[in-house]
Amino acid sequence: MKMEVRDVVCTVCGCCCDDLIVEVEDNHIRSVRNACALSTSKLMDHRERLKTPMVREGGTLREASLKEALDRAAQILAEARYPLLWGWSLTCNEAVSIGVELAETLGGVIDNNTSICHGPGLIGVHDIGISSSTLGEVKNRADLIVYWGANPVHAHPRHMARYTLMARGRFRRSRRERTLIVVDVRRTDTAKLADLYIQVEPNGDYELLSALRAAVRGEEIEQEDVAGVPIEEIEEMAELMIGCEFGALFYGVGLTMSRGKSRNIDAALSLVRDLNSRTKFIILPMRGHFNVTGANEVTTWLSGYPFGVDYSRGYPYYNPGDTTAIDLLRRGECDAALVVASDPAAHFPASITRKLAEIPVVTLDPHRSTTVEISDVAIPTAIVGVEASGTVYRMDGVPLEAKMLIRPPEGVKTDAEILTSLLEGVKTLRGS
Amino acid sequence: MELLIKNGIVYDPLNGIDGERMDIAVRDGRIVEDVSPKAEVVDASGMIVMPGGVDIHSHIAGSKVNTGRLMRPEDHYGDYEQRRPHRRAGVGRSIPSTYTTGYRYAEMGYTTVFEPASPPIKARHTHEELDETPMIDKGCFTLLGNNWLVMDYLRDGMIEECKGFVAWMLEATKGYAVKLVNPGGVEAWGWGRYVIGLDDEVPRFGITPREIIEGLCRVNSMLKLPHPIHVHTNNMARVGNYETTIATMETVSNQAAGSPCNIHVTHVQFTGRKGSSWVNVRSGAEDISSYVNRRSHAELDVGQIIFGDTTTMTADGSFQYLLHILSGNKWANADVEVETGAGVVPYTYRRSNYVNAVQWGIGLELALLIEDPWRVHMTTDHPNGGPFTEYPRVIAWLMSRRARDKTLSKINKTARRRLNLPGIDREYTLGEIATVTRAATARSLGLTSKGHLGVGADADIAIYAVDAQRIDPSREYKLVRRAFRRAAYTIKDGEIVVKDGEIVKTVFGRTFWVKPRVEEELMEKVREDVKEKFEEYYTVRFGNYPIPDSYLKRPHAIKAGG
Repeated sequence: MKMEVRDVVCTVCGCCCDDLIVEVEDNHIRSVRNACALSTSKLMDHRERLKTPMVREGGTLREASLKEALDRAAQILAEARYPLLWGWSLTCNEAVSIGVELAETLGGVIDNNTSICHGPGLIGVHDIGISSSTLGEVKNRADLIVYWGANPVHAHPRHMARYTLMARGRFRRSRRERTLIVVDVRRTDTAKLADLYIQVEPNGDYELLSALRAAVRGEEIEQEDVAGVPIEEIEEMAELMIGCEFGALFYGVGLTMSRGKSRNIDAALSLVRDLNSRTKFIILPMRGHFNVTGANEVTTWLSGYPFGVDYSRGYPYYNPGDTTAIDLLRRGECDAALVVASDPAAHFPASITRKLAEIPVVTLDPHRSTTVEISDVAIPTAIVGVEASGTVYRMDGVPLEAKMLIRPPEGVKTDAEILTSLLEGVKTLRGS
Repeated sequence: MELLIKNGIVYDPLNGIDGERMDIAVRDGRIVEDVSPKAEVVDASGMIVMPGGVDIHSHIAGSKVNTGRLMRPEDHYGDYEQRRPHRRAGVGRSIPSTYTTGYRYAEMGYTTVFEPASPPIKARHTHEELDETPMIDKGCFTLLGNNWLVMDYLRDGMIEECKGFVAWMLEATKGYAVKLVNPGGVEAWGWGRYVIGLDDEVPRFGITPREIIEGLCRVNSMLKLPHPIHVHTNNMARVGNYETTIATMETVSNQAAGSPCNIHVTHVQFTGRKGSSWVNVRSGAEDISSYVNRRSHAELDVGQIIFGDTTTMTADGSFQYLLHILSGNKWANADVEVETGAGVVPYTYRRSNYVNAVQWGIGLELALLIEDPWRVHMTTDHPNGGPFTEYPRVIAWLMSRRARDKTLSKINKTARRRLNLPGIDREYTLGEIATVTRAATARSLGLTSKGHLGVGADADIAIYAVDAQRIDPSREYKLVRRAFRRAAYTIKDGEIVVKDGEIVKTVFGRTFWVKPRVEEELMEKVREDVKEKFEEYYTVRFGNYPIPDSYLKRPHAIKAGG
C-alpha cells in the first residue's frame, strides 16, 4: 500500500527542512520530494547497515544477541573508572537526555561533536553573548546576508532558498531585495552568487574582522590592505553592513576551525554587537549535524554546560580543552568509551583514533561505521527521522518533531531504548 | 496512602483560617475530612502549616533561560549540586539547571511554578525543560503581544478571528495564559527600533500598544480564560515609566466586570520609576498603589530586587539591549519570527548604587502600600530581580520593619532619603504571607484545587519550623527567614518529598494548560487562515507547529470558555 507522508523533517544538516514529502510503500521509501541531494540519498539509500549486534571475541567481531551485547556493554561501562560518552548530534533530544543521566551515573564525561566543530562559537557566547534570531526573522526582514567561511550551496543546500537569499517573506519578496556578501579563502559556488565577494587570506579572519570593526566604528585604517583585502573593499563591506535595515551574518567551520578559533568568533560576535548601535544585525552559526544544537541545549539545561561535561566529581564540571574528547583521549585518561550516533574513528585525527582503539569501545549506530570496526560492542539502532521519531533542534534553536516513516529492521531498537537498557544495566551492576 | 498532619498552626487564607491549631488529613493526594488510624502521622507541633507555594511568575524553562545558562558558566562554577541519593546533580545560583530548579523550589515548600514567557514556536523547548523539572506542578504563558496575526486581526477589527487564533495558539503550544511583553515594542525591536508610548504606532503594522492590550483583554474575557492577561508593560527601559504602568491598567478599566481582575501587571518594580532621568529617579509606588487601592480590576506582582549578582532575561529584547548599553555587560538577543523576541544580560544590583537602591525600595513600597494582599503577589521575577531562592529574604522584609531598617541603613544615602519606605510601618502577618505567596496566586491563576487546604484540594502542603505562637517575626525575622529557606516538610500530591529541608523523594508534577472552548465553525475558518499565512511568514510548516498532548510527560488540560 502506498502512503504519502507530508511535512517530513529532514535529518541531515542543521537546516532541518520540514517540508519533505515522502512516499512509502511496503515499509520502503519509494520517493522523496522537496529534498536536496544530501537528504534524498540519506532517505533512499540504506546500504552499509549494521543489522545485528556485534561483540568482539578473540580480536574479531562476531554476531551476538541483543541481550549479550547489552550485558557486555553495560559491563564495560560499569567497570570503567572514567568513561567518555561521545557523539549525540545525529540522534534526538530524548536520547541525549538519557545520555546525560548515564554520564552522571557513571561519573564520566559527556561530550558532543560541538567540541570538534562549532565549540569555539559557544565559547564565544560565554565571552561576548550573541545577537541572534530564528531563521524566519532573516526570511522576513533581512536585506543583507553575509556568509563567512561557509559554503551553503554544498553544505546546507536549501539554506539560501528557504531562509535567506531567495526566501520570500513578509517584508522581503525576492533576491532583488537582498544583498549577498561572501567572505572565504576561495571562490566557492556560494561566492559566485555574491554581490560582493571578499577573498581573505587563509587564517586572516581575525585581522579582517578587527579591521571591519574599526571601519564600522568609523576609525581610519592606515594599511593599504588587511589579510589580503584592499582597504576599499573593507570599507565597502562596512558601509553595506551599516547601511542595511536588517543584516544577518552566518559563519561556518571556516571561521571556527581556522587560526584563532574562539578568538575569531569573539571578533565576529563583537562586530555584530557593535553593528546594533547603527542598525539591526544578527549572527548565526551554520551548524552541521541536524541535532547538534539539540545536544547542546539538552546538555545545558541538565548540567549548565553545552558540551564536554565532566561528572567525575559528582557534579557537572566544564573546561573545554581539558574535559573534551580529543584532549581526554590524547592524554589517555579515559578507560572506556560509548559512541552514540557518530563516527569518531572516521573524523578524529589518526593519532587520537589509535588511542580510542586502545580502550574498550561500545558503539550505537545504524550503520557499519569505521568506529564499529574498532569497537568491542556494536549495537544497531534505528535511524532518527526515518525509523524513529524524536525532537530535534534546527541551527537556530527551533524545535521540530522528526517523524518515523518506516519500521526499523527486525529487532533493531531506537537509541533511547538501548540507552535506557544500558542505564538500567549499569545501575544494577554498580548497585546504585 | 494516608497522612495526618497534627498540631500545626494552619494558615489557609482562602478558607479564612488564620493561624489556628488544627490537623490536616490527606488521602491519595487530596485533602480529606479524616483518615484511618493507620495514617502516617506528621507531628507539626511548634510549626506552621500552609498550602504549597504557588509562584505566578518565574523564568525557569525555555530557550531564553537556557541561553542564560549557556552564556554564564561563571554563574555555575561557584554553586553546584552533588549527585546524592534521591537527587540528580546540577548547577545553581541565578539560572539553575532543571533538576536543581525543582529541588530548590521544593526545599522552600513551593509546589507549583509558572514560566511566564514561552515563545510559541519554541514552546516544545519550554515543555521539554518543564518535563525535566521535578517536584513541582507547572505551566507556561504564551507570548502573544507582538504576534503578527494578533496585530493584523486587531487592526482590521477582526476580534472573533483573533479570539479563535488565541484559542488555537494556547492549544497548539499547550500554554496556560495570554502573555504580553512590551506589546508592539518587541516587533519594533525586530527592526532595532522602539515603541515607547501606548499610542505610538508599531512600524509597518498600523496598530498601537493600547489597541493590542485592549484587544487581547477583550479576547481573554471572551474566552473566559482562568487567568487575566499577564502584562509586562511598554516603556520598561525608561525613567518615568510608572505613568505607562498606570495608563496600561487604566486602558482596560472600562472592560472590567466586577470582581475577578482583568489585568495582571507583572514585575511592577521595573516599571514603577518616577522622575525624568537616572539622576532624579524616584519611586512611583505611591501613585501605582493609589490606583490599585482605588480600582479593583487590576492586580500585580512585585518583581522585588535582591542585592547581588543575577541574570536578567525577558522577551523584551529592546530593554535588554539598553541594559547592556547601560551596564556594559555581555548581551544575548534572540528574536523569534512572527511572534516575539528575547534578551539576556547579567547584572549586579548594588546597595551603593542609587538607582538599584531606589528599585529595591519601589518593590517593597508596592507590597506595603497596596492594601489588598490578594492583588499584590510576591515575586522576584526570577531571575530578573534576583533568584527565587531569595524569597525568604523578601518575606523577612515584608514581615519586619527591623529587617527593612537594617538593609536601609546600608543602601545609598540619597536613595534612602528619597524613598517613602523608611516611613512605612506596615508589617505583614503570616496570613498575609500565605496570601501573597500561594493563596492569591493560585486564585489569580484559577487553580481551584491549589493554594488552599480545604477538603478536596490537592495535598500540596508546606510545613515550616517556626513557632508562630512564640516568636515575634518583627524582631526575630532571622528565624522566619531560616524557616522559609528550608521547609520542615514539603508534601506533594500527598507524599512527603522534603524532610528537614532535604529532598527525600523525586516526583514529577503535572503541566497545566488551557483548552478554550470555541465554536468549531470559527476554528475551521481560523485554521484555514493561519495555514495560509504560515507559508509566507514562518519557516516551519503549519502541520509541524502544534504540540500534541502526548508530547508532555503529565499534561493536565483545563477547559475554559462558555
